Amino acid sequence: MMESLRRAVLPSIALFLLLASCGGGKPESAGKGAPVSDVPAYGDAIVEGSIGDVSGFLTAVTTDASSHEAAGYVFNGLVRYDKNLKLEGELAESWEISPDGKRITFHLRKGVKWHDGAPFTSDDVMFTYRRMIDPRTPTAYGEDFKQVRRAAAPDPHTFVVEYARPFAPALASWGMHVLPKHLLEKYPDISKSPLNKKPVGTGPYRFVEWKTGEKVVFHVSPDYFEGKPYIARVISRVIPDQATMFLELKSGGVDIMTLTPPQYVRQTETAEFKKSFNKYKYTASGYTYLGFRLSHPFFRDKRVRQAIAHAADKKALIDGVLLGLGQEATGPYKPGTWAFNPGVKKYPHDPARAKALLADAGWKEKDGVLVKDGQPFEFTVLTNAGNDARAKTAAILQQNLAEVGVRMKIRTVEWAAFINEFIDKRKFDAVILGWNITPDPDQFDIWHSSKTGPKELNHVGFANPEVDRLLDEGRSTFDLEKRKNAYFRIQEILAEEQPYVFLYVPEALPVVNNRFRGIVPAPAGITYNFIKWYVPAALRKHKITP
Amino acid sequence: MLRYIARRLLLTIPLLVGISLVSFLMMHMAPGGPIGAGTDMNPKATAESRARLKAYYGLDQPLHVQYGRWLGRMATLDFGDSFSPDGRPVAEKIKERIPITLTINVLSMGLIFLVAIPVGVTSAVRRGSLFDRISTVAVFTGFAIPTFWLALLMMILFGVRLGWLPISGISSLDYESLGTLGKIADRGRHLVLPVLLAGFGGLAGMSRYMRSNMLEVIRQDYIATARAKGLPEGTVIFRHAMRNALLPVITILGLSVPDLLGGSVIFETIFAIPGMGQLFYQGVMSRDYPLIMGILTIGAFLTLLGNLLADVGYALADPRIRQG
Amino acid sequence: MNGSRSTGSDFARRLLRNRLAAAGGAVILFFFLLSALPGVFSSHEPNRIDIVNILHPPSASHPLGTDDLGRDVLARVVYGARVSLKVGFVAVGIATALGLFVGLLSGFYGGWVDAVLMRFVDMMLCFPTFFLILSVIAFLEPSIWNIMVVIGLTGWMGVARLVRAETLSIKERDFVAAARAQGAGAARIIFRHVLPNTLAPILVAATLGVAGAILTESALSFLGIGVQPPTPSWGNILTAGKDNIEYAWWLSLFPGLAILVTVLGYNLLGEGIRDAADPRLKGR
Repeated sequence: MMESLRRAVLPSIALFLLLASCGGGKPESAGKGAPVSDVPAYGDAIVEGSIGDVSGFLTAVTTDASSHEAAGYVFNGLVRYDKNLKLEGELAESWEISPDGKRITFHLRKGVKWHDGAPFTSDDVMFTYRRMIDPRTPTAYGEDFKQVRRAAAPDPHTFVVEYARPFAPALASWGMHVLPKHLLEKYPDISKSPLNKKPVGTGPYRFVEWKTGEKVVFHVSPDYFEGKPYIARVISRVIPDQATMFLELKSGGVDIMTLTPPQYVRQTETAEFKKSFNKYKYTASGYTYLGFRLSHPFFRDKRVRQAIAHAADKKALIDGVLLGLGQEATGPYKPGTWAFNPGVKKYPHDPARAKALLADAGWKEKDGVLVKDGQPFEFTVLTNAGNDARAKTAAILQQNLAEVGVRMKIRTVEWAAFINEFIDKRKFDAVILGWNITPDPDQFDIWHSSKTGPKELNHVGFANPEVDRLLDEGRSTFDLEKRKNAYFRIQEILAEEQPYVFLYVPEALPVVNNRFRGIVPAPAGITYNFIKWYVPAALRKHKITP
Repeated sequence: MLRYIARRLLLTIPLLVGISLVSFLMMHMAPGGPIGAGTDMNPKATAESRARLKAYYGLDQPLHVQYGRWLGRMATLDFGDSFSPDGRPVAEKIKERIPITLTINVLSMGLIFLVAIPVGVTSAVRRGSLFDRISTVAVFTGFAIPTFWLALLMMILFGVRLGWLPISGISSLDYESLGTLGKIADRGRHLVLPVLLAGFGGLAGMSRYMRSNMLEVIRQDYIATARAKGLPEGTVIFRHAMRNALLPVITILGLSVPDLLGGSVIFETIFAIPGMGQLFYQGVMSRDYPLIMGILTIGAFLTLLGNLLADVGYALADPRIRQG
Repeated sequence: MNGSRSTGSDFARRLLRNRLAAAGGAVILFFFLLSALPGVFSSHEPNRIDIVNILHPPSASHPLGTDDLGRDVLARVVYGARVSLKVGFVAVGIATALGLFVGLLSGFYGGWVDAVLMRFVDMMLCFPTFFLILSVIAFLEPSIWNIMVVIGLTGWMGVARLVRAETLSIKERDFVAAARAQGAGAARIIFRHVLPNTLAPILVAATLGVAGAILTESALSFLGIGVQPPTPSWGNILTAGKDNIEYAWWLSLFPGLAILVTVLGYNLLGEGIRDAADPRLKGR
């Protein structure tokens, strides 16, 4: 869930805590290409630029964004998020939730076939469920499936799961890609099966080849159950360097990638660029924060945390780090989504107010530095190496805090060590990090006081009895109004307590070669309707026929 | 001769053991574990599932047991399975990455040879001349310019502005549909920039070495004798001096293997070349212990092999050594 | 040959006559000056963020433009000189000290000490140095100290071999044998005879080592594990510039040139020292 060094390339809707994108967006320069008959046509290929290579195609046993994205072309789940981030059926045609909220009955699509021709049935779903809870499967996503008390496949097109108590995140968990039982049965550990390298799924594209470190190729599946996609071929190229990738885009070697803010604002504003590309912009599903170790003597005091929130110039962060392409974060949810509470307490940039709060807390200025009990207000903020945005954020915050007499040192650590040695062992004063925001608002693992143990995710050590109760309430009902109330109240408490200073929510900035048509930005981003994208016959670049 | 080679081979065995021990210990002194990057910050990954992953990967065994296993398998080039989610054997991963890295290195070594020897000889013969000075500055410029910067500048010029060469990667999209000649041409076009770059960077070492060898030889008595005999200067330089100056260059070829391998990390990353350097960098960033140990060991093997070949080549060319 | 040891002034004269080496020396001096007196060359603070002036081209107030946080590039390059040179010198200091120690030990005592140490050197030389550095830096943390130490710890083998060879050859000479016979201690022999003879080749190795360390730091910065921002180093300024290379040329050009010119300077000087110290070339 926490963003790693591996940036995802295409913002797509991920069900599993990798990344998801949202917010309305308009193409910046849509349809400015040469006038051609804009009729959907089959054919051509699209080349994606990807920073990292795929590690495998079975999403149950991979955790990186590149792999999940690639697997999305080949596999389907029972459910998925639609363009407005509402759950809709994918392999499930429909579902019912029993009145007590404990049982979900999925009605599966009929006539769906695996790419090798075998029929898809509820046996496959059952098999997937069993493998998710099997200790031999090295999966990181087993937790949701362990909540299931009983699963049954009464007929080939019905699948029933029962939970011990109503569990709201359950429905979304069935977005897990369904695995082909007939191909995986004989492998006790699916991560070691050939299918992890040569996937066979039910999705819109069939796997063609994977040249490790170089590219992955998919070809259209002509009998895809939602209709044959227009684009015949998808090639995902690994290009580890961002600058190289941008040059490839401009020279035509890549058709779609994610821009950085400087690329979006400064380097793509030329008429020449706009002639060939469409840029898009929508709120990303993630936020960056400054988190405090709450047991630290300085940060135990709420007033200190609030003072730092006032000292932080969020406007400067957005202008400096994101070149204006982002918005202030006020809590752990994405602005504009149903769980987001727009009415919480805000902390405008106000050094005077910050100083007053710090003075209240007993910090007195001496030679430009605040001192209390003979101790100067000096702490170290940790962030991970190689993340340009976070390094810039740290630099700006350092300057902001110096203005109110707080000395912040910056220390960067390579990602794996950062997590293992500092975050998991709670050896830090403060951190600059980011969380991805999943469409389901359940954040039990991040905020509940039972999750503060070593290696658990409440790494700041936040403990608030009311929040504990509300988190429990929010996940154990399907009633949207009740959930909303719980999450609204949680955000009020978080805003008051400031265990994190919520900094900003960036914009996702994909760019697509403008021979591709049919792209309709929605809260979910642009790739949700990928199978409807097309290249008009006159603009076709690669002679590839479906 | 055979005895010389056999002795040379025997000497490498303690080195091999040392190499395996060092690489193994180094990785295990490092803080943090390999399961980190992927699952640790995932709210759905419980402590239990992490423990499961740990047992699964054999990290719960004592160190000496892990090393014993590692050493035993090293003899058969079995470096175990990668920690990355694909869990493929490290040897397999290295095997598919090594050809392109070696190709680029061999080609750039050839280029270095072709350019550095004439440059080195000429600047030695005309020591202090304008050519000597200009070539000195030129070859050192190649060494001094940060690779990734020059790479980007060349990509912009030849790839974007002029459009003559592909920017990155090793083959075009339609590679599979090309004929044999077409494939060679396509691969060649993709390799021009990386090879030029690696060659430019390595020019300094070789040409300066050649130059100082040549200077050394020219001072020798037999050259003076040859000159005194009234042989033409060209004959003296090329027949007598150069042959002897070239001999030690064979050894430096072996020595340049580790530098070229190290440099491949940078240009494979910038040019998006799926080689061993890029694989190593990915392994380091995700703490893929078996992969790191595997590549370090293979890298050391290659260096040993390079030195061995160089020594044998030297022995073949210089009869005095064979007796030794 | 021991009689022909060149005197200091001889050496300096020969060095200065070599125009390339002199130019290299001048460049090095210039950058020394830059890092010693940064305030003279730039009135801006290297870490002063100014988000209103992001990526401004060179102008009167910012002679080399501003970077992606509005910081003055001149100031960053000037202060970066300090960091980059420090990396070079400390790394080489460590490498030279270690190399000297191992080389002297090995050469002086010989026997199994020599055998063990030299096998260790052989082994270290087998690893591609950059691979070693990369793994260690990533496993520790990319602080400036770690970078210096690791570059130093992986760069001493050449010096060790050099010192050992020189020690061995000197040990056998008549005047040393005589000194030993007269009861001169190891320390005295080392300082009186061995060190002066190895000075020139060590100096050459160290000069080239500084250049190499500066390049290594920039390569590490490119991979995101060099000296970490906001501390400026030439490597990380150049890396920040690379992503804006076509739009904001000034952000990559100046740190790139600084690295190029400095590394070139050290190499030319190193070559010059080698030539000047070689007594056999005196006549030419």
